This record gives sequence, C-alpha cells and structure tokens, in this order.
Amino acid sequence: MTLDAALKSSQAYTLWKWVSRRHEPEPGRIVLVQRRVYVLPTRHGLSFGISLVLMLVGSINYNLSLGYVMTFLLAGMAIVSILHTFRNIAHLAITAGKTEPAFAGELALFGINIENEREDPRHAIQVRCEDQVQSVNLPGRRVTSVQIPVRATRRGWMQLPRVTIENFYPLGMFRAWSYVQPAMRALIYPRPDGAALPPLRTRAESGDSVNVGTGTDDFAGLRSYQPSDSPRHIAWKAVARADAMLTKSFMGQAGQELFLDWKDLPTSMDVEARLARLTRWVLLASEAGLDYALDLPGAGIPPGRGEEHRTLCLAALALYEPGRR
Amino acid sequence: MNPAAANLPFSKLLVLFAGLALAAAPHMERLPWWVNGWLLLFFSLRIYIGLVQRKLPHRNWLIVLAIGGMIGVFLSFRTIFGRDAGVALLVLLMSLKLLELKFMRDIFVAVYLAYFLALTNFFYSQTMPTAALMLFTIFVISASLVCFNDGSRRLADSARAAGVLLLQACPVMLLLFFLFPRVQGPLWGLPQDAFAGVTGLSDSMTPGNLSNLSQSDAIAFRAKFTDTPPPRRNLYWRGPVFWDFDGKTWRAGNTRLNNDYQAEVRGQAFDYEITLEPHNRNWLFALDLPSRIPAQARMTQDYQLISLPPVRTRIRYEVRSNIEYRAIAGADTRDLAIATRLPRLGNPRARELAARWRAEAGSGPDSNAAVMRQAVAFFRDSRFEYTLTPPLLGENTVDEFIFDTKRGFCEHFSSAFAFLMRAANVPARIVTGYQGGEVNPVDKYMEVRQAEAHAWAEVWSGADGWTRVDPTALAVPMRVDAGLAAAVPKNSVFPALLGADAEWLRAMRFNWNALANKWNQWVLGYNFDRQREMLSLFGVQSPDWRFMAFAMFWSTAAAIGLVALWLFGRWKREDPVQRAWSTFCARMARAGFPRSRSEGPLAFAERSGRLLPQRADLIRNIASLYANLRYGRNRDPGESRQLRELVSRFRPR
Repeated sequence: MTLDAALKSSQAYTLWKWVSRRHEPEPGRIVLVQRRVYVLPTRHGLSFGISLVLMLVGSINYNLSLGYVMTFLLAGMAIVSILHTFRNIAHLAITAGKTEPAFAGELALFGINIENEREDPRHAIQVRCEDQVQSVNLPGRRVTSVQIPVRATRRGWMQLPRVTIENFYPLGMFRAWSYVQPAMRALIYPRPDGAALPPLRTRAESGDSVNVGTGTDDFAGLRSYQPSDSPRHIAWKAVARADAMLTKSFMGQAGQELFLDWKDLPTSMDVEARLARLTRWVLLASEAGLDYALDLPGAGIPPGRGEEHRTLCLAALALYEPGRR
Repeated sequence: MNPAAANLPFSKLLVLFAGLALAAAPHMERLPWWVNGWLLLFFSLRIYIGLVQRKLPHRNWLIVLAIGGMIGVFLSFRTIFGRDAGVALLVLLMSLKLLELKFMRDIFVAVYLAYFLALTNFFYSQTMPTAALMLFTIFVISASLVCFNDGSRRLADSARAAGVLLLQACPVMLLLFFLFPRVQGPLWGLPQDAFAGVTGLSDSMTPGNLSNLSQSDAIAFRAKFTDTPPPRRNLYWRGPVFWDFDGKTWRAGNTRLNNDYQAEVRGQAFDYEITLEPHNRNWLFALDLPSRIPAQARMTQDYQLISLPPVRTRIRYEVRSNIEYRAIAGADTRDLAIATRLPRLGNPRARELAARWRAEAGSGPDSNAAVMRQAVAFFRDSRFEYTLTPPLLGENTVDEFIFDTKRGFCEHFSSAFAFLMRAANVPARIVTGYQGGEVNPVDKYMEVRQAEAHAWAEVWSGADGWTRVDPTALAVPMRVDAGLAAAVPKNSVFPALLGADAEWLRAMRFNWNALANKWNQWVLGYNFDRQREMLSLFGVQSPDWRFMAFAMFWSTAAAIGLVALWLFGRWKREDPVQRAWSTFCARMARAGFPRSRSEGPLAFAERSGRLLPQRADLIRNIASLYANLRYGRNRDPGESRQLRELVSRFRPR
C-alpha cells in the first residue's frame, strides 16, 4: 500500500475532508465504518481526568493502597467507556428517506433511516443538523426513521446539509461522532406573499371564441378518465359496466378559470417577487377550488385543479430559472 | 450540550443521592455533630424540594451557607486543611451542591465530589468491609452517571451498563495497580492529624497502662517463620527498653544507637518476616535476641531495633534471631551506674529486703547472681496473683504491691523486680514488648496481639551479660506457658478471641484473620519492595522507570484491546451455518461455477449438479441441508454440524 493510499484510509484524512468541506453528498447506504467515527473527550471527560490525577496524588502521598485501587478502577472505567461510546455509534447504516416539500422560510423535513444491524440497542444517539438536535434510542435489528427539520432559505432544490450523528453514552466523558450527508433533496417552493387573488378572467377575454370549458354544474356526458380527475366525478356505475375508467363531465360556467400569468404582473416587480405573488395565487386558487392555469416565461401549465395540478404549478415556480425563455 | 441538559428527572437524582449518602455514611461516626446535622438537613431538604417540585434556592444563599460552613469547620478543627477538617469541608460542600443540581455540569461536579468522598474513607479504614462498601458506592455513583447519559432507559439497565463498565475496568485496574511505580514515603509533609489514634506500646511504663492495651485484641504484628517457630516460652518480642525510674514511671533515659553488633549468639537461628502494623513510633519488634537485623533498621546498645522514620504504614522486614545468646553491649560503667539508680526516697520495706539479700550474698564476683537467685525465689514463693484489674497503689508502689496487695499485672511484677535489684545494687532495666503469639493454622502466620503486651526485666550478671528475668513468669507460670487467657481468673473482662471457649468461633476468626492478612500483605502492603518482589517472580530484576512505564503502557493497552475485541467481536461473528454456506459457494466459484445472486440454494445445486455430475449428490445434499437449516421448520442442531463437516471436506474437483 502506498503512503497516499494509507493516508486516504485513515481517520485523520476523512476528518480533514469533512472539516475542510471537501466532500459531496453520498448516495445510497452510508455505513458508519470505523474510520468515519471520531472520538474525543468532552469537557467533563477532561475535568474527570484532572480529578483522577488529584486522587492519585492523594493516594501516593498518604500511601493509600485502596486509593490506588479506586483511582485505577475509575480510570479503567473511563478508558473502557471510550470503547462503549465508539461502539454505540459505529456501524450504523444511514439511508435517505422521504422528504416533504416546504415553502422557503419554513422547516423542510428530511427523513433519514438509521439502521441498527446489531442485536443490542443503541442509546441516546443524537442527530444534529445545523441548530436542530434530536435524541433517539435505536432498538436492535430495526430501522428507525428520523425526521430532520432544516430551515429552508431559498426556493429550488435543497440538499440536506451535513448531519452530525453523535453520542455521549455511557458516561458523558467522551463524544463519538460522525458526519454524514446522504444525497437527498427537498423541493422548496417560493415563499408566498400576502396578496389577494387577481380578478377572474374568462377565456373569451383571452381571445378564445368557443366556450368549451368544463364546470361542475350541469352533467354533459362521459369522457375518458384523466389522472387529475376528482374521485367524486368518476362514473363508478359506468366503470362497473365497461372496462375503461370514465369520468362524468359537467358543463361549467365559462369564466371561472383563473389565468395566473407572469406577464400580468407589474414590471416593477423583480423575479422573486413575481414568483412569490404567483405562488400566493396558486395557493389561494387551489384553496378556493378554482380551475387555474399558470403561465411562466418558457413554461405554461394548462388550466386544471386538484392536488397534483397544484404541485405541478408550485414545482414550476420553485424551479423557475430567469434565463430560460 | 449533553442529553437531559435541562431535564434532570427526580428518580435519576435519587440514584445520585443514594451514591452520595453511601459515600458520606461511614464518615458520620467521625464528624462533629453539627456537620452530621447539616448533612441530614440538606439531604432531607433536597428530597422534599424534589417531591413537591419547588424551585431550588438562589445561588447567593448557597454562597453564604458555604462561607458559614467553612467558618464552622475552622471553629471545630482550628484549621480548614488537614485530613479531618478536609473531610468535614467536603461533606458540607457536597450537601450544598445538592441544592444546585440544575444542569448536566452540576451532575458531574456532584459525581466527582461523591468519588472523592468515597476515597477519603480509606484515610480511616482500609479493611475488606470498607473496601466492599466503597466498591458498591462507586457502582451506585457510576450507575447514576450512566442513567443521566443514556436517554430514557430503565434504571436497572443503567445499573447493568455501569456494572459491565466496572467489570471491564477490572483488568486495567489490576495491571495499573501492580505496575504503577510505587514511591517510598509521602510526596510532602503529612498533616499533623494523619496518624492520630493508632494503638501500641508507649515510650514509658507506669503500672496500669499496659493493662489497658490488653483489652484490645487488635493485631500488633504478624510473623512468618521460615521453619518452625521457637516454643511459646521463648517468644519474647523485644520492644522499648527503660532505664530511668522516678518512683512511678519507667522511661527510656539511656538509649543510644550502637553501630557495632556486640553479642554472642549460639544454637539454632530463627529466620522470620514481620509485618508490623503502624504504631507511629520508631521501634521495630524482634525476638530476643536479633542476630541479623533488617536493612532499614538500626540497633541500640540495649538491643532495640529502631526505624528512623516512625512506623506510619504497615511495614515488612526480615530478621534472624537466636534464643540462646550472651548480651554484653550496654555495659559501660556509665550504663551500669544508670542501671542501679533509684529515687532517693520511697519504698523503705523493699529497700530493706534488698539490703538483706545483698548482705547475705556479700560482694564477690558471683554475688550479683546470688542476689538474683534470692529475688527469683522470692517471686516464685510469695503467692502473687495475676490480674488485669489490679488495685490502685499509693505512694510506695513497690512496697504496697509486694507486701500488701500482691495482685498485679506484668508491669507491677517487672517494675518491682527491677526496683529490688537496683536496691541491692544489681544493675537492672525494664524491657517491654510482647510475649507469646498464636500461629494461625490457616496461613501459618503467627499473630501477635496488643493484648500480649508484656514487660520483663533484664539484670546484669557479670559473666553472662544482660540476663532476662521475667518475674511474671516466676510468679504466674501460666502467663508465659499458656498465654494471658490462662493466667487471669475466669471471670475477668477479656477480649473474646483469646478466650478458648468457643472452638468454632476461634476457627472462624482464624479464617477471617488469614484472609485479612492476605489482604494486608497483597493489597494494602503492596509497596515498593513488594512490587520488586512481584516483578522478580516474572524474571524482571531491578527494573528502571523506563521499563516500568513501558510495561504499564503496553500491558494496559493489551488489556483494553482484549476488551475491545470482546465488545466488537460479538456482533461481527457470522453464524456458523451462513459461514459454511459461504465457504461452499466460494469453493464452487473458484472451481468455475459461481452462484448467481438471484439463484436460490436448491436451484444452484440443481444447475451445478448437472455441470459436475460426479459431485451432484454431495452438492444437493449440502444445498438441501442449508435450505432446511435456513428456511425449514424442524431444525435439528445435528444438521448444522453435519453441514459444516460436509463443507469442510467438500472439494469441487
């Protein structure tokens, strides 16, 4: 093995990589192997060391044989506790779990799964990410999910920041820790502003002459099912007769569609402000149960409704890149 | 911040309190009453606060109380340093700390205080019961520390974790204990009170003070003879010698170091090792008469063995003695003059008796021996009674004892005898020490107790040198032949052990004493010399500090490595069935028939069996055994062994 290779497999090297932030999110299953786990005494560990020295000096001076015994027993206990601290955290396996989208300024939840492959449980493992700490006990041979809340600052994809997995078990005198950064990202929507909905605009106004809009008022016939259709509108009886999924279609009042258009916004607003406004509108329109369409430079989403539509619109807003046309 | 930082549940605090209470409890019998009161008050106050969930008092109150406590300690002890005052102060501060347990930091401080307090118990007692109690105390304290650090588990689990930690710490502790270099003597001066309250012979003898000692069955020293010990009547353990008599009290007076050994020894020599309990004086004990003295001892002209530093720890030394000897040192004209000096007045009847003996003996070269014979006859024939509770004597102690009360203890006998000798112008002196000793049948150590303290006389007889005369033995032969218990009347107050009544009790005490002796020799008495001795058993002669540091570091590292192997090996071990199957698959792969990842064992066996027809049965057998062990319903433990055997013999080609 060359010196370089030896260096690369050492703990110091991995620690240096983390400290100097020369690392990238790791995909797949991350096992906290020995060389990724670091152990150092805590403040309490150091003060305990000082106490032991005092006890030893006292034992020497008064020639207390049992004083020696006790001092060495406690010293042995502290030393052995390093192994326990290390063992409590080593060989945990971490995989990325589910993430929930969030709005900028809110907490995004990153789920990670921590697997304890060993028979015996792990105690008081702390998962720390930025200023959020959680303490979990991991039972043996189980996968435990931990939701890591991270404050989202900007819209777009957000990678889970570095997570520190640490513990102080059993005596609190040593800290064993490891850095992990599973490759996982959450979609962060723009932060909505406080505006009200814009006036409704009918399709006629937008230039279309034929009213083909759908509504919820009058039954107009059956059409084939589309994934965005509400389950309430599925013609279950018809489905039972035929093989295909069919949806009841209704004639709606024309003009109940909302067109949320980038170009309608005043030019005084900058890109982020426009996105914030549009996000707000999408939320309000969705809440009001309206059909709405979103039009961004380079991306247009036809009118629709429902959870999926809303997600689609919000994702488009979150991922909007100004340069694209 | 550690877990449970601001969250210290009361149930966990109670474990900590229990540890603190255990550490403080043995101190309570030694502490001033007000410190005990303080301790109880703050413990109950803290438990009350915990139960009704009140707020803890403000920090300033605690500071005021701490200063008050310090002043109290100063008033009680006249110092705040030193052993006793230090312990009192530690107890006071610890009980105040109970009211300041708010953060994890405070828990740690309390835990350290508890460990310290446990350690201070060893200043006062290092017996096995104390050690056991403190071991339990350490266990409780450590369990409380664990339960604050391991999330929300049951206390029993925390206790188990602490127990495991302590057990795993034992090898490290043993290695460090035996290999940590021991230094001789303290690092700095010990406080004045460090050796208060040790018992032993004193540097003067007034009739009455040895009999106090004889109420104590504490062990004065133990002797281990290389061969058989001399008979009991020769077991005179020589201690301080007294030359000066003021009518009441005998004192040393005329003792000086003598660098030349002057004595003629004959006959059988006895080699033995003495383990002397600390008595805070300089003298060492040896059988009359030491012929080879230990290296750390000096000898005086009256054959006392002296250690230059006072004996403040249990020490061991090796001596050789001969029971037949001619002691001729300490017989200068000046010495002999001192040995015949008496106060001018007092005891007229004794002087008259002595004068009569002298007149009868004349003043020839053998006249001293003749006077001595007279005195011996006098003590043998005058029906003296031996008692531990002699009547009080007035001004003329000798007169009253030999003519009136006739009841006394060895001090009365020896003092009277030496007085009579001096009054007859025969040089005489008093020797104190111990007479007797009992061999513990369990470990063959001879135990000599404080109760066996004795005093006898030595007379200058010219040609024979200083000759021992034990007037007690003359008057009450039972004392020397059968021991103190036989000599005193049946109904007297007496330490239980020396009485010969309950055989089973004696047997139990012998066993206990043998165990205590082992403890003393190997744990408490493990010092510089013992360490050398121990290392030489392993073939290491006179190691230097570099070797010691090297040995200590690497052996401890090895011990920790073993613990680590044990800890980490347990869960890496694959189960034997899986290992056998992997070996089988690896062999097949090497032979050119790798198992594809998606292939089950039976399918693999079917396929490879077709490719390797001559091994097909064996392969199918292995695969079906494995499948059954893994997935089958009825698992026979024999099958696992069978599988392993088949695989170990299996060769694809």
